[in-house]
Amino acid sequence: MTAADAMSNWDRFVFTFFNADIAMKYGWEILQGAGITILAGLAVVITGISAGFGLAALRAIGGKPVNFFIIVFVDIFRSLPPLAIILVLFFGFPNIGIVLPSLIVLWMSLSAVLAAFAEEIFWAGITSVPKGQWLAARSTGLTFAQTLRYVILPQAVRLGIPPLTNRAISITKNLALGSAIGVNEILGRANSALSMSANATPLTMGALLYVLVFIPLVIASRTLERNYRWGEH
Amino acid sequence: MSSAAAAPVPRYLLEARGVRKSFGTTEVLKSVDLLVEPGKLVFLIGPSGSGKSTLLRCCNRLEEPDGGSIIMDNVDLLSPRTDINAARRQIGMVFQSFNLYPHLTVQKNITLALRKVVGMSTADANARAAEMLALVGLPDKAASYPAQLSGGQQQRIGIARSLALNPKIILMDEPTSALDPELVGSVLAVVKDLRDRGITMVIASHEMNFAREAADKVVFLDGGLVIEHGSAENIFLRPQEERTRRFLAQIRH
Repeated sequence: MTAADAMSNWDRFVFTFFNADIAMKYGWEILQGAGITILAGLAVVITGISAGFGLAALRAIGGKPVNFFIIVFVDIFRSLPPLAIILVLFFGFPNIGIVLPSLIVLWMSLSAVLAAFAEEIFWAGITSVPKGQWLAARSTGLTFAQTLRYVILPQAVRLGIPPLTNRAISITKNLALGSAIGVNEILGRANSALSMSANATPLTMGALLYVLVFIPLVIASRTLERNYRWGEH
Repeated sequence: MSSAAAAPVPRYLLEARGVRKSFGTTEVLKSVDLLVEPGKLVFLIGPSGSGKSTLLRCCNRLEEPDGGSIIMDNVDLLSPRTDINAARRQIGMVFQSFNLYPHLTVQKNITLALRKVVGMSTADANARAAEMLALVGLPDKAASYPAQLSGGQQQRIGIARSLALNPKIILMDEPTSALDPELVGSVLAVVKDLRDRGITMVIASHEMNFAREAADKVVFLDGGLVIEHGSAENIFLRPQEERTRRFLAQIRH
């Protein structure tokens, strides 16, 4: 017999999802999880986008065997569910003697997925820069590499920013999957608080924290898109 | 025209002979000669698909010719020993759709090659850009982005960009055909000015009035061959070939 039996539906709802006592008890712990989510998220975004950019530039420079490996990597990591990669790295790799900390596994997996998508986005940007830009740059004596660096890539990056920010946000949200391998990020902490307290309030707090963490990112991405127009009104 | 036998300079600044180029099974240039004397303005006319653009692009190897020879100021452009990037500095190019770099200001559009290819300091390159902008009549546009300019202004920046490298010759691929009629004049005025300064140019264009006023030679290209060439006067008023006459009749209407 619990006190909840005697409650109205509304009270039961508030007790379950917005329980002040529970919030006080586990709040600090879940907030620390938010710190881990933010740091891991930054690491994933920086690693994933840099690696994707590097791969796209490498692909532009050419070389059939190199391009083949890039395309294989990209296609595999775009099609694999992130959770599958995480589980393979965390539970599979120890069997061949590679033991990685859970946070490293999470970072590596999501970075690889983001890198794959970012490569495709940058590559699409590179190929959609008009051919005339290459012609103009090469006609002034710029080498292939200089043209790529000073003329093509800056434009490819601009074209890539809107899809890239969306993709970066949606992949970074997968940090919640870390709870499956014991990473103490927001959801991991909220989940263990849930089992300890037998109350859903920690999950509400977790959801709220995700919103607080990601809303600024969404707003920042919109600002970024706006600021990346050159003299167009 | 009398040839000065004792002159130390070669007769032709650009000497393209027997240039051939195919795309797949389409033979765009069958065997084309283009001879340009220093300081002259040569007009290239012909229906679309006649190979004008391809010929111009072969002249700085933006397209790789399949055969023939191209000598620019005593440099064999098709020789594997020729540093094509160095050679291209000597050959300015102006494009139908301007092809300015949209992410860079006008000043940086002009200085990019000066800094990265010539190796000028930023200060020197900026000074050179200012000089070029004054020359094309747009001294106050250094900080603008291409998207903020009219088509005519953009094309004048395109000319300034190629001119900044101090090329021996400038190739222009239909420089005014993407422009609204009222903007054409400003670009042609710049071309005229360059001609008066003795800059060698090859222009693919149908601006016949301008050609008659300014061109030293007109070359009519059709089906990948030079059908006829001569003075603007002769080509426009007394064409010898039936195909030339037919083409001129078409573009006059």
